[in-house]
Amino acid sequence: MASQETRLLFRNIDEPGLASIDTYRKLGGYEAIDKAFKEMTPEEVLKEVEDSGLRGRGGAGFAMGKKASFLPRGDMDKYLCCNADESEPGAFKDRELMQKNPHQLIEGLIIAARAAGANRCFIYIRGEYDLQGDILDRAVEEAYDSSFLGEDVLGTGEQVELVVHRGAGAYICGEETALLDSLEGKRGNPRLKPPFPAVQGLYDGPTLINNVETLSNVPHIIGSGAKWFTSLGTEQSPGTKVVSVSGDVKRPGNYEVELGIPTRVLIEELAGGPLEGREIKGFFPGGSSSPVLKAEEGLDLPYSFEAMQEAGSMLGSGSIIVFDDTTSVVELALRTARFYHHESCGKCTPCREGTNWTVKMLERMIRGQATPIDLETVASVQDNIIGNCLCVLGDSMAMPVGAMVKKFREEFMDAIEHGVPGATLGAPSGDPVIAPAGQEPMPARVGVA
Amino acid sequence: MSPLLPKRGRPWTADPGHIHDAPEPPPMPNEQELVGRDIPPEEVEVLRATYEEREPHGEPAPVPEPAEVEVPRQLAEEIRRAMSRYPQKRSAAIPALWAVQRRYGWCTPEGIRQAAAVMGVTPGYLQSVASFYDLFRLEPEGEHQVLVCTNISCWLRGADKLLESFCEAAGVDGQGSSEDGKLFVRGFECLGACDIAPMASIDERYYGPLTEEDATAAVEQLRKDSKEVLPEKRLEDRKVAGGADAKEVKG
Repeated sequence: MASQETRLLFRNIDEPGLASIDTYRKLGGYEAIDKAFKEMTPEEVLKEVEDSGLRGRGGAGFAMGKKASFLPRGDMDKYLCCNADESEPGAFKDRELMQKNPHQLIEGLIIAARAAGANRCFIYIRGEYDLQGDILDRAVEEAYDSSFLGEDVLGTGEQVELVVHRGAGAYICGEETALLDSLEGKRGNPRLKPPFPAVQGLYDGPTLINNVETLSNVPHIIGSGAKWFTSLGTEQSPGTKVVSVSGDVKRPGNYEVELGIPTRVLIEELAGGPLEGREIKGFFPGGSSSPVLKAEEGLDLPYSFEAMQEAGSMLGSGSIIVFDDTTSVVELALRTARFYHHESCGKCTPCREGTNWTVKMLERMIRGQATPIDLETVASVQDNIIGNCLCVLGDSMAMPVGAMVKKFREEFMDAIEHGVPGATLGAPSGDPVIAPAGQEPMPARVGVA
Repeated sequence: MSPLLPKRGRPWTADPGHIHDAPEPPPMPNEQELVGRDIPPEEVEVLRATYEEREPHGEPAPVPEPAEVEVPRQLAEEIRRAMSRYPQKRSAAIPALWAVQRRYGWCTPEGIRQAAAVMGVTPGYLQSVASFYDLFRLEPEGEHQVLVCTNISCWLRGADKLLESFCEAAGVDGQGSSEDGKLFVRGFECLGACDIAPMASIDERYYGPLTEEDATAAVEQLRKDSKEVLPEKRLEDRKVAGGADAKEVKG
């Protein structure tokens, strides 16, 4: 049987030297940019992107063309930010795209800048991706030297400037408004919306923010036309998607597929299925913030934005994390919650406190110190986070943990009864203030009024 | 956590020094000693009173006068170059802190003051930015940095054991710097390389999938400052997964 992979963004991906501009151009790169600047008006470029139906690949799945069309017209400075702060557990597609084919991203970014009328562009890359940052720096320099960037792009008089901006380790900066704050040199706290970035974003100017994979699609849409692009994938999710599969599978990695293929093919054929002698228990279909699906309910769903939403989960950034029958779901919940607890910026109370308490209660369950009511409390904390914060970081913990409690309740009950033997807890994140069943309450902390 | 108590692990008397010349605050036992201990109410009152009567921290330091701060030429140039790339100079805060960290090994108070003088912002501002981000070091650390990812995908594949092996090989308890100052090891949140789980970022380059033997070997190589660490495990040299008879499309 032919492979189920369809490589558009990954075409020639392992070609030696693809990261250099010469090889990229030899393989047909930077042709779309010529077309976009010399044969098309900005409106036509925008129309083409809108017609392609390209949906954002960063997690929300919002139509890119529509987002770009929200930017006001006029002569002011407009900004385009590429969100390369990929930090969600399970996601590693942007890393591969930037490392192996940086010029595809840069070309897409320049064309998107034309569509949105943006003259100043930034790539916000997470600080941990040092190698990829170096590769991008080199590629941007090459693009400047070939006059694809600068004050006079390809002699058309258009200006597009591009700066690679490195973060310094904060998951929250992948949230678009926190990213803007961080790019402005502040602590990365999310902003209240509205105003939306399209109206008032970076330096209070109109700003378009797109993910690496989204922008990498743009040269292909302009080069080959929206009509051709919509022939790939499904009607509502056209194009291909780079899916990161990881966890308990034989061949973890990035696989580019047309959306709509059965999830089972991705996990069992492409990624090689579960390890020897084990069985898949469940998986996160779209990164650690998507509600988990049990193997029996999820494996036969088509992998698309619509199907995942219908199943009560989401496609997110397209990152599947598989866990097998040797995994304790309570421990998995703790790992998930700890991440969001660590990464919460602390601005909104439900998220700051909710993530903290969830971690504490899950730790008690694992130690066997919890009471049955704790399970209700964990569930209710999740309900109280969702929709009550400036950004969705808290929701991103509440949704998967809530789903785990709902779908694997018996495991949690079992933990409450017996704890989770052999679990690696690491350092405790804090002492329980509510006393475990049958024990005297702890003395109040000194200094707590 | 109570606003009255300091962040766990950092002594509450920690005085950033460069910001002001406040008198030494009175000593306060650290929080961990107090929690869970039966403390007589009188003692609690004494502690609280001592805390409240403490000298206030005073005014934050103003923007340093460029003439009063000696900034190494290379550092100043690097920060100015960063500032010139953005419409607003404040955007260069993170690049400036990176430059300070590269030069001094960590974000030293003096380095922050130098960057503040070049940028025309207060040292407190840069300190507040530095403390937000995980990769900025606020205290001196071992020369070679090993960050072991302990998040979901890596954890499923044995990251806890890997972190333990790194710690053991480096002689570090849980996390921190080795005694000889050669190594710094800590567990880290998702590094974005779940395909090579369990993995670690060693001196800002990714390696994986790693075994416990790899951890020992890597620590040995780092101790000797060898140029190549685990050459066969570098992410850089890996090909994209799959690809056998993949359909390649182009319009």
